[in-house]
Parts: sequence; structure tokens; C-alpha cells
Amino acid sequence: MELIVALGIGMLTGSGVWLLLRPRTFEVIVGLSLLTYAVNIFIFSTGGLRSGALPVLERGVAGDLAQHADPVPQALVLTAIVISFATTALFLVLLLALRGLTGTDHVDGREREE
Amino acid sequence: MSGATIDSLLLLGAVVLPFIGALAAGLLPTHARNAAAWLAGAVSLGAFLLLCTVYQAVTAGGVVRLELEWMPSLGLAFVLRADGLATVFGGLVTGMGALVVLYARYYMAAEDPVPRFFAFLLAFMGSMLGIVVSGNLVQIAFFWELTSLFSFLLIAYRHHIAAARDGARMALTVTAAGGLALFSGFLVLGHIAGGFDLDVVLGAGSQIHAHPLYPVALILILLGAFTKSAQFPFHFWLPQAMTAPTPVSAYLHSATLVKAGVFLMARLWPVLSGTDAWFWTVGTAGAITLLVGAYIAIFQHDLKGLLAYSTISHLGLITLLLGLDSELAMVAAIFHTLNHATFKASLFMAAGIIEHETGTRDIRRLSGLNRFMPFTARLALVAAAAMAGVPLLNGFLSKEMFFATALTADEPLPLGLKLLPVTAVVASAFSVTYSLRFIHGTFFGPDPTDVPSMPHEPPAWMRLPVELLVLACIMVGVLPAATIGPLLDVAARSVLGETTPEYSLVVWHGLTRPLVMSTIALALGVTLYLALQRHLRRGVEIVPFLGALSARRLFDRAMVFLSWRLARSIDRVFGTRRLQPQLRLVVCVALVLAAAAAFVRGVGPGNIAPSEVDPVLAIVWAIGASCALGAAVTAKLHRFAALVMLGGAGIVTCITFVWFSAPDLALTQLLVEIVTTVLLLLGLRWLPQRKDGAGAQRRPLIERVGRLRDFGIAATAGVGMAALAYAVMVRMPPELLAQHYLARAYTEGGGTNVVNVILVDFRGFDTLGEITVLCAVALTTYALLRRFRPAPESVQLPAQQLDQIALDAARPEPRRGRLVADWLLVPSLIGRLLFPAIGIFAVFLLLRGHDEPGGGFVAGLTASVAIIIQYMLMGTEWVEARVRVLPLRWMGGGLLFAAGTGIGAWFFGYPFLTSYFGYVRLPLVGEVPAASALLFDIGVFALVFGATVLMLIALAHQSVRGRRATPALDATAPSPRVAVGAATGDD
Repeated sequence: MELIVALGIGMLTGSGVWLLLRPRTFEVIVGLSLLTYAVNIFIFSTGGLRSGALPVLERGVAGDLAQHADPVPQALVLTAIVISFATTALFLVLLLALRGLTGTDHVDGREREE
Repeated sequence: MSGATIDSLLLLGAVVLPFIGALAAGLLPTHARNAAAWLAGAVSLGAFLLLCTVYQAVTAGGVVRLELEWMPSLGLAFVLRADGLATVFGGLVTGMGALVVLYARYYMAAEDPVPRFFAFLLAFMGSMLGIVVSGNLVQIAFFWELTSLFSFLLIAYRHHIAAARDGARMALTVTAAGGLALFSGFLVLGHIAGGFDLDVVLGAGSQIHAHPLYPVALILILLGAFTKSAQFPFHFWLPQAMTAPTPVSAYLHSATLVKAGVFLMARLWPVLSGTDAWFWTVGTAGAITLLVGAYIAIFQHDLKGLLAYSTISHLGLITLLLGLDSELAMVAAIFHTLNHATFKASLFMAAGIIEHETGTRDIRRLSGLNRFMPFTARLALVAAAAMAGVPLLNGFLSKEMFFATALTADEPLPLGLKLLPVTAVVASAFSVTYSLRFIHGTFFGPDPTDVPSMPHEPPAWMRLPVELLVLACIMVGVLPAATIGPLLDVAARSVLGETTPEYSLVVWHGLTRPLVMSTIALALGVTLYLALQRHLRRGVEIVPFLGALSARRLFDRAMVFLSWRLARSIDRVFGTRRLQPQLRLVVCVALVLAAAAAFVRGVGPGNIAPSEVDPVLAIVWAIGASCALGAAVTAKLHRFAALVMLGGAGIVTCITFVWFSAPDLALTQLLVEIVTTVLLLLGLRWLPQRKDGAGAQRRPLIERVGRLRDFGIAATAGVGMAALAYAVMVRMPPELLAQHYLARAYTEGGGTNVVNVILVDFRGFDTLGEITVLCAVALTTYALLRRFRPAPESVQLPAQQLDQIALDAARPEPRRGRLVADWLLVPSLIGRLLFPAIGIFAVFLLLRGHDEPGGGFVAGLTASVAIIIQYMLMGTEWVEARVRVLPLRWMGGGLLFAAGTGIGAWFFGYPFLTSYFGYVRLPLVGEVPAASALLFDIGVFALVFGATVLMLIALAHQSVRGRRATPALDATAPSPRVAVGAATGDD
């Protein structure tokens, strides 16, 4: 199972990096989103991939790692998801402003001269 | 505050008072000339009187000291230390300051922002006093830099004039660079002496001389002193600084700032002098400066330029005296410092009066002013005579002393020729020549014909400072022992201590060799002036013999090279303004570093066996990988398809979270996915159309190579990331932070949802920071969108909407939006019914968050989805007409609520964000967790909701703004503000 998820992360990363290096702003924003997925799953996976672990404690009982999922990467990823949403929104608006101001959607604000 | 005597507190008051005055003057209205002048005058006089009181204590014997804690961990204390030298200098600084304030009151024009001038002047005075009475090397360096800074501001006071800016910048560059050297030198010196306290340093003379680092410290400190005191080859900034208002020149460039270097050399004279290195560096620099400055001064046509070079020359004289390593020379140096301050300040003021009255300072245009301003002419004459060293004036006495030491000093070179006395006589002759030029060129000869305004005597109050200074010149010159004697004695004794030599302060010593030398110098100077008449009349700007050698030009070239050429070429070689190479570099560096780490450290096998492959998840991930690939392929030409694929990859991510026991993440991911997709869909509208040019022509070779390279980078990154992820997943460290949180989440945080407890309790401060970032981002997008102007071709309505409008118009009762409303009747009804349901669901998620999957983030996003659905189904205009969300209030309230919860802990005596928890039994509902963390989570909820909605509706609103720009079917008046492309109507 680990191999499958690792390959999936690799695929997301590869596609994300490829789009990151493209000249159009929309491609970059999609690339960043793909990279976000890859990085979030990667951070999440550092806690170990365990299906069926308890995500929530029982009242009055201290939890332990044998039964419960690792909460630390989850907490990290939870904030990362929200922040990445914010950066995507910011980048989208920047993209639109750039397009409105320069008339092009090239990342440098002008088409490359031939 | 140990051992603070009354005197030491008075001393502190003298240093602090000017800074307070500066602050007060800076707060005055722009044109409050008189108020600012009164304030500055009172402050200067007050500081002067305080120092006079301190002086009483110093003459009674001893040093006034005040020590306050500054940085005890570094062994640094704020020490004020006033001995004879410091008090006399301090008196000079404040007394001269009071005179300059009086002068400046009449010099400055009424339309100048005078309070700013006095604020800078007072701040400078405080800094200068700080240097003088500091008892700690680091503190001296601190005040030293402050003087550089305030002198910069004073020189650039008329900052609308380019020359003033350039002069100020040059002065700052040179003196601040020197200040840096000085600070390093002090650090070395403090290291040698074992402390930065001035008393410690002054007591470690032999230790310092013997230390191998002595030359380093000496050179660095001298660099600071030479740059400040305009010694060759750093003298060039001083003439450029003459663009300052004349009161500034009279204050900074005669009496105070430029004397800081000299003061410092005198201060450290007991421990630094007495070596060959000292003698040669200080002596040579002084001698060259003395001669070159005096020589160049002769050929200046600008009155202030002449005085500037003369100042350089006199500073060279003082430096030379300090370099001679003799106690008598030291006394002469202090004496000449005081004398020079009096006559040079009065000459600067006289030059300022001349400029004020005639409108020019050019000697070539001035002449015969004696008849128009006889009183000023007399004053200037006396001051210039003091500068030339005419008997019965103070300049004569210190010059005599200089001659006497020059004659008795040990000759460094056995040349047979007495080098030092010859230098002294030649330089004195030069000073006679330029003094003559100043007086004769300005005040004598025919009436001026070429001056902008006809001169007359200045106001009496403007002349008063000059009169007082000239009076001092005469008094000291005639009765030296009675006037300056005690001051000089106290100052010299504080430096030299027991070794203070016998010196006599009388006018007539008999027919001695110094007197003969004085006479020769006077005669030579007059002859030289007569001989140079023809050359000077020609009025050329070039100095004979030294014209090519311009330190200023070298400096300018160096600055151009450093700040322009070098910077440009470095930028050309290493910089790019294009995003793609930068990102490529970032990715490549990351790849190389990761590969290097794996290569150096090696990768061992993991410690957990991989789990079995579940075919369902494998299929899910096959879809996910295809989606990622598909998004990469279609993002350029088929944006909508790319968005769908992106959403697919997001759903796969979401399934992965839920599969591996992370319901919280899955929930959040799902909602963020919805919101992001809607956001991007809203943005698509404003992007340019991109036509598929497939099969038209092959890409050029260079582009194909570039794409291949990018593909290589992307593939490497993907493979590397997969390998890294796999390597991480198959190993588990024995100790995890998770155990700590799992064990304490319920007992200390009062919640069973550990993730939520971490977010709102254990790491609540991080979350507070995060929601603040979210808030900032939302406000930024809002601000950017307020100024948003769509590209002209995007303003037109999209084809789909035009079709709809056409169909609407073709109906029997034309009404815009009819078609959409009819088509979406059922969904919109459901949507409206769902609104309260989703709202309640959001509250439910929020309240259960502490114990079950949920929490503020998810709840906020859910609530915003409720709003989005309304926008999507009912249209922007319909919603905006009916629902007012006020997202800014939600955000502000949420942030205040979250921060307030944290602050609340203070009132119970706990640190910020400490949480309290318990369970409350409510009727009907049952037991409800009542942790203060819930309050915090409510803040998070409100902020996330507000921020998300703000971004969405700000973006959604753009389409309304765009449509307003077009004369539309419903004939709303076009708003003049949205004028872009308004002509492209659709009717």
C-alpha cells in the first residue's frame, strides 16, 4: 500500500513541478495545487499509513500510538490545507490583476520576445 | 543607579535635555520660527549651565561619573564620565550651540521649516555631548554614529537642492564608514584592555602598547578619527558639506563635528600615543593635511569653500600636534582647538551674513563691502587676523606654541634640514595669504557691481554671536592667563595628569625664535598674496599643481563603480527578472540537496513491513495519478478540463485521508476542494482565450529542448519524491511527539479529538498566527480586487450569457435572467431550503469539534459553502440584493474573539492562551463540553467563514462590475468608474 501512495505522491509532484515551470499563470496555479496535495499527503504519511486506527480518544482514557492514529501530522496538514487555500486564492487574484494590468497571462507580465 | 551624586545627575540632564528639546521642536508647527528658536536657545543655555555646574565639581578635583545598567549580560553599562577635557569640550558644544541658535534665528528664511532645523540641531548637540561625556567605548561609538546621522540630516536640510543631497550623502558615506572602522577598532581595543569602560582602557596603557593587535586597533580608530576630522586623504567631504545652511557650517564644521575626531585622539592619547606607528600615521596625516588644506584654501573663490579648506588645514595642525608625542604639543592642541572654534565659527557666521545680505559668496563678485557693512567688516577682520595668527589675538598664541613645539620636537628624519619648523612656517604663510584674500577680496576695493542685492548691516541680534566670539578672540589674545588659562589647565591635566608640562600663557615672551618664525610667516604670506594677484583675478577654478589630484573625483568614481556598475554587472550575471528560471533554480537546488543528503548519509531499509495492497485504493490512486497527469496536459489549452482533473486529484487525496484514519483532514480537504474549485471557476472568466494551434507548425528547436529539460526536472522531482515518501513510510521512529499529545489530550486539554485539541489548545498560538495570516490574505485579495481592472477583451459578456440574453429578449415579456431562473427553479428552491440546514450543520461541526471530527476550520468552510450555493443558484445580483454577510466584521470579530480568549487567561493569572475546560449539563441536550478552547474555536470559525466569503464574493462581484460597464438590457446607468471597454456594448 505504501508503494501505491508513494507512487501517487510522485505522480502529483511530477505533474505539479512540470506545470510550475510553464509560462502561463493558470498552469502555475494548477501546478501549485497539485504540489499542495503531494506535500500534504507526504506530511500526513510521516505518521504511518494505518487504516482502522482510532482517530478519537475514549473519554477519560489516555491514548497510545498502538491504537490511535498519529495526530501531529494531521494537525500540521489541517492547517496546511487551510493556508494553501488562502495562497491559492491570493495567487488567483494576483493572476487576474496581472492579466488586467499587463494584458497577458504570462508569468513575467509580458510575452517573451522572439 | 549606584553612587549617583547631584553632579552626575546634572550631567545626565545635560545629555538628555537636547534630545528632549529636539523631540519637542520636531512636534512644533512647520512655521513656528520663534517658538522653535526660543526652545532651542533655552535648551542650549540650560545644558550649558548644567555643564558649568559640573565644571565646578571637576575643578574641585576628580571625575564626575554616573553608571546605569544597560546590558549587564554583556558587561556593558551606560556610563557618563566628565573630566576636565570632557567638560571643556561639552561647554564648547553647548555654548557655541546657543550662539548658533541665535544666529540661525535670523539667518533662516521665514518660509523654511525652521522647527525641523532646530530639532536636528538639538539632536546633534545631544549626540555630540554624548561622545564627549561617555565613559564607555561602545557608547562613544554609538553617539559617534548619531552625530554622523544628524549631520547628514542637517547638511541635507535643503533637500530640494541636488548639491545639498550629494554633499550630505558624501559626508554620511565617509563619516559613517569611518564610524564603522572606529567601532571595530573599539572592539579590538576593548578586547586588549579587558573592558570597554573608559577608565579601564585608560589604565591599560602598557598592556595596549605591548599587544600584537595594537596596530590593528590603532589603524581602525584612526580611520574613524581621520574621516570625522577631515584629515587627508578623507578631507574631501568637508568642502562638499558646505551646501549646508551656514549656521550648520558654523556649528558642525568649525566647532563640533569635525572636532570629534580630534577630541577622540586627545581622549585616547595617553594609551595610544608614544609609539612609532602613532607618530608616523598621525604626524604625517596631520602635516600633509595642514599644508595641502592651506594651499588649496588660497585658491577657493567661494567664501565658505575657503573657510572649509582652512578648517581642514587647522584640523591638520591639531592632528600634527597630537602626533608629536610631546606633552607641550598636547596642551597646544587643546588650546588651538578652542581658539580655532571661536575664530572659525565667527568667520563662518560673517560669511553667512555676507551671503544673506548680498546673495552670493563668490569672492570674485564681492568687493568693497567695507563701506556697506563697516561693523561686520571690522568683526570679520579681527577674526581673520586671529586665523592668520596676528599678535594680540588668540590664534597667535596657539601658533606660537605650535612653533615652539615644532622647534623642540625630535626630528624623525636626520635630513639636516629642520623639516617640521619649515612646514610650520610655510603653512602659516599660506594661512596669512588666504586670510588676506578673505578680507581684502570681500571688504576692500571698488563697490560691488555684480551682486544680486545691495548689502547693508544685518540685524543687531544676528551680529551679536559674532561680536561675542570676536570679543573672546581678543580677550584670550590679550589676557590669556586670566581668561582661557584655568580651562586649559583643567583640560590638559585631565589628559596628562602628573606629566602636565610647564607652559606660559603670556603675550610677550621676548624676542624668541617662534616670534621670528611668526614674522617670517606674516611677511611671506603677504608677499605670496601680492604675487598671486594676477592668477586670482583670472578667476579660474583649478588649483595650481594639485588640480589633477582630486580625492573627490576618486571617491565619486569608486561610488559609481560600487553602487552602479558593480551592482549592475552582478545583477546581469546572477539575476533574472523572469520567474521560470528562478523556479527552475529553486527546484534544481532542492533536488541536488536532497540527492546529496541521500548520497552522503545513505538510505537504509525501513523497520516496518509494507502493508498489503488494497485493490480499491489502488484503483482510486490510478484515477488520482491519471487526474494529475491530465491536469498537467490540459492546463494550458483546456482550463476547465484541468480544473475538473484537479478536483479529481483532490477527491483522491480526500479518500486517502479518510482511508488512513484521518476523518478531520478528509472533511477539511473536501470543503476546501469545493471552495477552491468555485474560486478558480470564478477566475476563469477573466483569463484570455487560448486557441488550440495544434498541427499548425512544429515548435522551434530551442523551445523543444527547453520543454525536454523541464520534463526531465519534473520527472526527477516526481521519482525523487516517490522514493522519499516510500522511504519515510516504511520506517517509524521509536519515540514520537504524538505519544505526548495522545496521553495528555483528554487529561489536560479536555477533548477526545486530539487533532482539534492540538490546534486550539496545545498549539493554540500557532493557530492564532495562522488565522491572522488567513485574515491578511483575505484582505489582500479584497484590496487587489477593489482596484481590479479586467483586460478590455474580457469585459464583454461571455458567449453563453449573450445567448441567454438573446433568448430572454426574444420572449414575449423580455426580462433578463428569465431563462436561467426557469431552468434552475428546482435547484434554487432546494438551495434556499438548504441554507438554514447547512448553517445548523456548521454550528454542529463547530460544537462537536473538541471531541469528534469537526472544529472551527471545517465549520467556517461549511458555512461559507452555504453562501456559495446561494450565489451559484440564484446569481450574484439576487444574493447581493438580499443577503448582507459583512465578512469584514466576521473576520475582525473572530480575530478579536480568539485573541480575547487567549488574553482572558491573563486575568486568571495564567500565560496567554491557557485553556480551561469542564463539562456542563444542559437540559435536553445533555452533557456539553465547555472548554475555553471552544471559545477560541468560535473565533477561528468566524474568521475562516468571513475570510472565505470575503474572497469569494469579492471575486464574484467582479462580474457584476464588468456588466455594469456595458449598456445592458435592463438599462442600468453605466457607472463612470468602470469605464474600461465601455464602448463594446452588446445591443
